[in-house]
Amino acid sequence: MSPVRILIAKPGLDGHDRGAKIVARALRDAGYEVIYTGIRQTPEMIVATAIQENVRAIGLSILSGAHKTLLPEIVRLLKKNVGGKLAKKITVFAGGIIPTEDITYLKSKGITEVFRPGTTTQAILDFLKRKFG
Amino acid sequence: MKEREKTPLRASHADLDVLYSPATRELEKFSYENDLSFPGEYPFTRGVQPTMYRGRLWTMRQYAGFGTSRETNKRYKYLLEQGQTGLSVAFDLPTQLGYDSSDKQARGEVGRVGVAIDTIADMEVLFDSIPLDRVTVSMTINSTAAVIFAMYMALAKKRKIPFENLGGTLQNDMLKEYIARGTYIFPPEPSLRLSADILEYCTKHLPKWNPISVSGYHMREAGATAAQEVAFTLSNGIAYLDSAVGRGFPVDSVAPRFSFFFGCHNNFLEEVAKFRAARRLWAKIVREKFNPENPKSAMLRFHTQTDGCTLTAQQPENNIVRVTMQALAAVLGGTQSLHTNSYDEAMGLPTEESVRVALRTQQIIAGESGVADTVDPLAGSYAIESLTNKIEKQASEYIKKIRDMGGAASSISFMKKEIEESAYAYQQAVEKGEITVVGVNKYVSKEGKSKRLLKVSPKTEASQVKFLKRIKSKRDNAAASASLQALEKSAGTNENLVPVIIDCVERYATLGEIVSVLRRTFGEYK
Repeated sequence: MSPVRILIAKPGLDGHDRGAKIVARALRDAGYEVIYTGIRQTPEMIVATAIQENVRAIGLSILSGAHKTLLPEIVRLLKKNVGGKLAKKITVFAGGIIPTEDITYLKSKGITEVFRPGTTTQAILDFLKRKFG
Repeated sequence: MKEREKTPLRASHADLDVLYSPATRELEKFSYENDLSFPGEYPFTRGVQPTMYRGRLWTMRQYAGFGTSRETNKRYKYLLEQGQTGLSVAFDLPTQLGYDSSDKQARGEVGRVGVAIDTIADMEVLFDSIPLDRVTVSMTINSTAAVIFAMYMALAKKRKIPFENLGGTLQNDMLKEYIARGTYIFPPEPSLRLSADILEYCTKHLPKWNPISVSGYHMREAGATAAQEVAFTLSNGIAYLDSAVGRGFPVDSVAPRFSFFFGCHNNFLEEVAKFRAARRLWAKIVREKFNPENPKSAMLRFHTQTDGCTLTAQQPENNIVRVTMQALAAVLGGTQSLHTNSYDEAMGLPTEESVRVALRTQQIIAGESGVADTVDPLAGSYAIESLTNKIEKQASEYIKKIRDMGGAASSISFMKKEIEESAYAYQQAVEKGEITVVGVNKYVSKEGKSKRLLKVSPKTEASQVKFLKRIKSKRDNAAASASLQALEKSAGTNENLVPVIIDCVERYATLGEIVSVLRRTFGEYK
């Protein structure tokens, strides 16, 4: 079976990419096929890459405080472009400087999981394992 | 007896020995005269001033900015009332990347990580009732530094403050943007040209201004070790000084205005040693390579910010303790100015309450601890001097390597890769428990009620866009367009662009409009 493909992306203007790169590398080391977008991606660019690369999951790293605007927009565009049924099959998760109180909101907008600062790469791998076996 | 496990230092690769003594290898050739000398004297290991904090305390300068210029101005006044002695402006990402608040690229980002500035009208509000000739202002601005600085100078002109009375710092360090921080716009060559234009303009008109702050902080935050932080920062510093000298500046006309910026991480002894090593190494490099006559040319003056990456979202009050130790290391390392992080910054921007605690931390160190009363009190400690030598040695090996690769501008991807490797190694060490992070991988406790956080109002973006619209509708559009056309013409020549940009901002051209012109001429870095 071919490895699960995952997109790691940096939405918005934020340049903090230490976390995104570490997660991308840890996932790669664990056998996933990882595509990392680099910084400064618009929601449109992220969704286009996700579709083009046919990924099963999108991991969004954001430390700029724009998460409540950009993250739901990505889910909305994803649904719009691939249809609700297919979009449901793509797991969208996030991490970064995201206050606990915003997590409920993001989850209600279709973000499956939000990892807070201090999360181990192992915790993210465990989460993906539950999703993809 | 079984030895207690030592505090692992994989974060820095600078393992501490069990015991330091005169027999320690790094101290074999130790000489007070050559290695230390007196403070205020070459190689400045003990500090850049003969009396250090006895003469004047470091500048307490909290990096701050959020929402609109009105909200940020209120925060500045609060900080000054609380005894802060300098200002440091945080700009939002659209401002740092040359987009107006109304730009599609700016959605969701306006006023989030700093203050939104579109035109000189925002600058006027930002510094309302703040005496620009009496408070020094540091601005973390790089790609759009020329525009923001032009707005600042235009504001001073409006208030009839002579440029020679303006004191402060522009970060204006583009190399580290490509290496670690990420707010680049143009390719390196035109970026460095803009940066040199600023340097030239300041040398001629603003003798008290630091036109560049060569920054290691962001590289450290991205994962660099202490030695890498020193090495990469000084390598970038050499590149800037080289380029200035290449443009015909005598070294003594520019080098004394160079300033630096470092982070301060957790390992206390190593951090103190790092600052001392950086100072000595820079002095040696400048003397050997540029042969200055003015002793000030070889002085490394620096700002410190406690490292944000050490803050934890878990048990956030523990961050107060971390920041205290980091700030103490910076002071014992001889910093010229200091930002102390607030304990809630792993969750968001600081509140008035948390930033007050951070500022009080500095005031307690300054006023109560006694460490400011004597110069470089840790000098002569076997451990500190050994570590200082060791970091200097490791850093100078890196610097030689970078020099052999053609200098910093040709080694961007090398430095980037080195930092990535260190960051990954650090993360693995944390996950294996080799590095202790209290509250995260050790002494974990059930999370308490989350703290009240600063909220940037969701209305900020709309109100900022409305304000920008109003300014644009009131301005003389023909004059604004003419100034932008003049800029377009000059950008293609070798002319210094600073006066031309001042002209634009005085005609209420927006930051986005000015940067669009430059994007067209210079292209964009991908």
